[in-house]
Amino acid sequence: MNYRNISLFAVVFVFLIIVGFYQSWNVAFGLLNLCLLSAIMSLGVNIQWGYAGLFSIGTVGFVALGGVAAVLTSMPPVEEAWRTGGAGVLTALIAAIITIVIAIQLWKRLASGTVRNVLMIIVLISGFFIFRGLLDPATAIIEKINPAGTGYLGGLGLPVIFSWLVGGLFAAGAAWVIGKVSLGLRSDYLAIATLGIAEIIIAVIKNEDWLTRGVKNVTGIPRPTAYEVDLQKNEAFINNVNWLGMEVVEASSLYVKFSYGILFVIVLAIILWLSEKALNSPWGRMMRAIRDNEDAASAMGKDVTKRHLQVFILGSAVCGIAGAMMTSLDGMLTPQSYQPLRFTFLIWVMVIVGGSGNNWGAVLGGFLLWFFWIEVEPIGHWLLSILTSGLPNDLPFKEHLLESAAHMRLITMGAILLLTLRFAPRGLIPEK
Amino acid sequence: MDALHALIVLANFVIVPAIAYGSQLALGALGITLIVGVLRFSNFAHGETMAFGTMVVILVTWWFQSIGLSIHPLPTALIALPFGILGCIAIVLLTDKFVYKFYRKTKSSPVVLVMASLGVTFIMNGVIRFVIGPGDQRFADGQRFIMKAREFKEMTGLKEGLAIKVTQSITLVTAIIIVAALFWFLNRTRTGKSMRAFSDNEDLALLSGINPERVVTITWIIVAILATVAGTLYGLDKTFKPFTYFQLLLPMFAAAVVGGLGNPVGAIVGGFVIAFSEILITYAYKKVFTYLLPSDFAPNTLIQLLSTDYKFAVSFAILVLVLLFRPTGLFKGQST
Repeated sequence: MNYRNISLFAVVFVFLIIVGFYQSWNVAFGLLNLCLLSAIMSLGVNIQWGYAGLFSIGTVGFVALGGVAAVLTSMPPVEEAWRTGGAGVLTALIAAIITIVIAIQLWKRLASGTVRNVLMIIVLISGFFIFRGLLDPATAIIEKINPAGTGYLGGLGLPVIFSWLVGGLFAAGAAWVIGKVSLGLRSDYLAIATLGIAEIIIAVIKNEDWLTRGVKNVTGIPRPTAYEVDLQKNEAFINNVNWLGMEVVEASSLYVKFSYGILFVIVLAIILWLSEKALNSPWGRMMRAIRDNEDAASAMGKDVTKRHLQVFILGSAVCGIAGAMMTSLDGMLTPQSYQPLRFTFLIWVMVIVGGSGNNWGAVLGGFLLWFFWIEVEPIGHWLLSILTSGLPNDLPFKEHLLESAAHMRLITMGAILLLTLRFAPRGLIPEK
Repeated sequence: MDALHALIVLANFVIVPAIAYGSQLALGALGITLIVGVLRFSNFAHGETMAFGTMVVILVTWWFQSIGLSIHPLPTALIALPFGILGCIAIVLLTDKFVYKFYRKTKSSPVVLVMASLGVTFIMNGVIRFVIGPGDQRFADGQRFIMKAREFKEMTGLKEGLAIKVTQSITLVTAIIIVAALFWFLNRTRTGKSMRAFSDNEDLALLSGINPERVVTITWIIVAILATVAGTLYGLDKTFKPFTYFQLLLPMFAAAVVGGLGNPVGAIVGGFVIAFSEILITYAYKKVFTYLLPSDFAPNTLIQLLSTDYKFAVSFAILVLVLLFRPTGLFKGQST
């Protein structure tokens, strides 16, 4: 870290402090928390792209899987649903696993030819029908139980912090499947495959009501921190706030945001420390060697496909962890909010602008770009209203322009990405 | 008789829509595959290119409608199509000049070009939402059906109807014309042959005096034509919504990969493979089986393999199967 990098980080914090003074400290801390989450996600993408040159555009899917993990680990179980439909769902899932195992064994053990193909098709198709036959009645029962309140299986009722790890594991599992299929082929196949898996993960979250309540959203996910309502009744807290001369309601919400911030900083610090260690180890050097020249690395006896799989899983797991953290910050899972433009491409822009291959760069990109993502809309609106101030107020064209200011975000982010790629492809904090 | 009824139900709800959808996908996949063949990268902005061309068509259509210009019973969009194509050609040539050309000159790796295409996706998406908004736009006018279900029933005296929409038949006819013209161009003209030579072996093509920039420009023009036509046909048949066009990227890529990236014939076959599988797997067969089975065995569920929300899963599954078992696609394409 030299003075230049430190001053770049300082600039971001000055921006946040300006927001704190001119808008409110609540807004500033809200921004800071999401900046921290963005930094973790961009560390994840940086592991894939910066270390190994893997082009994966399914970040939104892994983030969403993290969100599902938060629900499945921390929500209280719905007893009645488990009693009536739990067994059905579990046997269906076991049947699905057995089918896949049999199919893989057939593939491995039989000689290639028509017999193997026909057998595999028979196994897979009959397995699918058994799976659906077992699953459909069970889910129908589960979704009928109090559909307005629950209508799903619920989770395990464990502390929500625990789900952050589970989110990483979920994402790692999905990444393993995708990586197995598409790594080792031409580089853009991974991009297409991850784009696809992300769409499917989100489709599952939206439609499988028995698992995630679908578009009805899961609300009230337990928090790892205090609740505002409790703080506002707490004598000691009120006394402290009065002593500081602040308003109780505002202070309670600041306190909650601040505690989230501390937890996020701890996670970010751990992941950043591990990433730095990994990048500067023999493993990290091998990864960069593979990235820079695959042929030479494999001639030196490195198993390129296996290393790629490893690094792809690690990066996705980090995105999954961030996804679980974000859902526990929001306290709810809203499947419609998982937009690829917001969660995949924005994170990519963060990594490229910050400096791919450099962990500090990715963190800086996360902070800076999230800040811009939020602030571009008011700035765009302000710019357009200045540009159109000469036009009469009842002109439909002017109204249209002002209404469309929200889309300035996409244009700005695309322009930032293209300009960085073209003129400063190494980013703000380049790789050493 | 019941078997005939079952067949008509199937034709009405599966075969006719799948042929139309397949033609749209095939045109889209052709664009993707041509870019892979000549420019050697996967263009993730292709969905947006389609949406942009369609947007221009829609705007011109609205203008024509407002001045009362129409070609009833055909949709007005057909006469607006050339304007959309011109707009789309302009935008792709501009992006090529300002974005892709630099990476081509510096011989950057394909992945950098793919990433630049993501930036283009962003900007185009923003521009489209800025101009026409993120919502649904309907612009189909003229007659809706060539044959209504009721007319078919009266004509044949059968219990089931077969409806054919005007947009479906326009899709098929236009697609056939465009594809025939494309193959004539690629196989018969000098420029088309130089394009294929460039796609097969860049160095040899350069040695024999083919001008690479000219080949690239012509490829972009063809891609813009294909994309605008595909997008307009899709928008006429269903509806225009920017995000849907972005989502079309997956089935279109799946179609191109299934057929073999870089192989035009493969892209067309791939488009129909994807369209038919998507619709066959997400269709509810209850009515078909009610006709086919004796009344005692009549099904009481929908008999739907997957709900329509999972149609992306179908193209994805096909994509994965091809990647696992035949990475070069059904027809030999590029795999490395």
